[in-house]
Amino acid sequence: MQHDDVIWDVIGNRAFCSFKVKTKVQNFCRNEYNITGLCNRSSCPLANSQYATIREEKGQCFLYMKVIERAAFPARMWEKVKLSKNYEKALEQIDQNLIYWPRFIRHKCKQRFTKITQYLIRIRKLTLKRQRKLVPLSRKVEAREKRKEEKALIAAQLDNAIEKELLERLKQGTYGDIYNFPIHAFDKALEHQDEESETDSEEEEDDEDVGKKEFVAEDEIEESDLSDFEDMDNLKAGSDEHEESSEEDESEEEMEEEPEASGSKGKMPLKGAVFRKKRAYVEIEYEQEMEPVPKSKAT
Amino acid sequence: EERAVRLDKPTKKKTKKPKKQPKPPHENGNDSMIEKTEPEHVDAPAEFSFPPTFSVSEIKNKQRRHLMFMKLKQEKRKQKVAMKKKKKKERDALGDKAPPKEVPKTIENQRVYDETTVNPEDEEVAFDEGTDEFSAYFNRLTNPKVLITTSDRPRGRTVRFCNQLATVIPDAHVYYRRGLALKKVIPQCIARGFTYLMVINEDRKVPNGMVLCHLPDGPTAHFKVSSVRLRKEMKRRGKDPTEHSPEVILNNFTTRLGHSMGRLFAALFPHDPQFVGRQVATFHNQRDFIFFRFHRYIFKNEKRVGIQELGPRFTLKLRSLQKGTFDSKFGEYEWVLKRHENDVCRRRFNL
Repeated sequence: MQHDDVIWDVIGNRAFCSFKVKTKVQNFCRNEYNITGLCNRSSCPLANSQYATIREEKGQCFLYMKVIERAAFPARMWEKVKLSKNYEKALEQIDQNLIYWPRFIRHKCKQRFTKITQYLIRIRKLTLKRQRKLVPLSRKVEAREKRKEEKALIAAQLDNAIEKELLERLKQGTYGDIYNFPIHAFDKALEHQDEESETDSEEEEDDEDVGKKEFVAEDEIEESDLSDFEDMDNLKAGSDEHEESSEEDESEEEMEEEPEASGSKGKMPLKGAVFRKKRAYVEIEYEQEMEPVPKSKAT
Repeated sequence: EERAVRLDKPTKKKTKKPKKQPKPPHENGNDSMIEKTEPEHVDAPAEFSFPPTFSVSEIKNKQRRHLMFMKLKQEKRKQKVAMKKKKKKERDALGDKAPPKEVPKTIENQRVYDETTVNPEDEEVAFDEGTDEFSAYFNRLTNPKVLITTSDRPRGRTVRFCNQLATVIPDAHVYYRRGLALKKVIPQCIARGFTYLMVINEDRKVPNGMVLCHLPDGPTAHFKVSSVRLRKEMKRRGKDPTEHSPEVILNNFTTRLGHSMGRLFAALFPHDPQFVGRQVATFHNQRDFIFFRFHRYIFKNEKRVGIQELGPRFTLKLRSLQKGTFDSKFGEYEWVLKRHENDVCRRRFNL
């Protein structure tokens, strides 16, 4: 005979129930036919001979019912009713099947059914969206690849390769006329290594030669006079200014390129220019050597 | 006291022989030692001329073993130096008649010949390249326009990386992903005239993958990204890159696959580099790793150029190349990285 109270007394309160999961606050029931999932007197499928649940299989919802008449036949105990896919129709079906059943079971069945349909809808929506695929990484493989990459980096010698390629392009003339390395100076560059200053000085020497002649001529006149230091200074100042202006043009052109495009290479390009101006003004006699020094600072 | 005596002996580092002679009377446990050192007693004058019949690893005492090992190493080094000297002498003695210096074997030297290596004069390749998806770019019909985005919810590092990439590639726009599906993004990009879609994938707060999709209907390449260095982390770097279009250097793309990769990278940048900017972006392929660097150069004279690194650096490894735009399930894959193919031989490379 089915004595629900006795069963509940035993499994719910005193002895062991294998479906019961105890937590600090609450008790849960792991029985698949449990309607709420909690371990209660009214929710226990073992301790209630008249019981109903909703269960879902592959997207289809079924209503399971158990009555006391079939308690002796475990194989036939649960009656399975397929519910319609339409939500309202399914609710009506539940109502029809559980028509004279206790309120609690009817209510809980409908609640469970609602929950199930909601999560089924969610599953369908999610499968349409992007699925994130997790790819497992093998530690050994990753370490091996890392090692290979390091070795490849060393073998690549990137800086050399890039420099070589750039020089190749320069030779082939892809840069056109931007860089003025005249070809006759190429031989000189071969002879004097690391001497950009010298080629520059040679280029500028022409200009200075032109200037110099004037300067020397004036100087001779002054020296012959040997009269007024003031006159000398004035004349000198005049020639100085002339020299200064021509030089400053050149210097400004070259300095402008550098700060604008790569100020990083030059530590103090602006200061260098200022420095140069002052120097050019003061020591006009030693022009040829003055030019390169600031330039090397800039590069 | 026996112990004390024994410990004293190793400090006398004169020769091996004086050490060994007093040993046999003291050591009773180390029989193997005794047996094997006896033959050497015979050749007392010869120091180390023949290889000893015992190995250093059989000495039980750690201190002594270590000392023996150090001695062994020293001897070997001396021998090596002597050999080198001898060889050099011979070389100098022969002068011009000396045999040419032997080239050391490297992995690049020993590379397994790949049958898809492109011959520069190959007409078929030239014809293919004239009619493939990049022909529009190389015939100057389109200008590159790149859309850079990330995977969902990018972290700071990835975002900064994307921004830096956008400064390196002219005409690049960064957009947040916000959970959009790529398949839906692609038609919108095409509608707005983008030619490239670049998606940086992130894992554990670090960029680790890149999907580069050429847009009208071009190939999609999926790379593994590693060793990302942002601008802050570079040593001795220069100022930020300017807006000038950089030059592009593509090194070592030899096979057909490598060629299509090279074209893929080249089409990211505008046709005419502005030489005034003096910036160069390099994609260097070495052993299937593509190293990206961004430099500023300055020609000191005709023989020397100085380069300074600005900009981010990273390495790429191609994982798959798919025809058509991004479609991981139904796409047709031209090439997929299969580890078991490459693990067989260390000298086989695909790019």
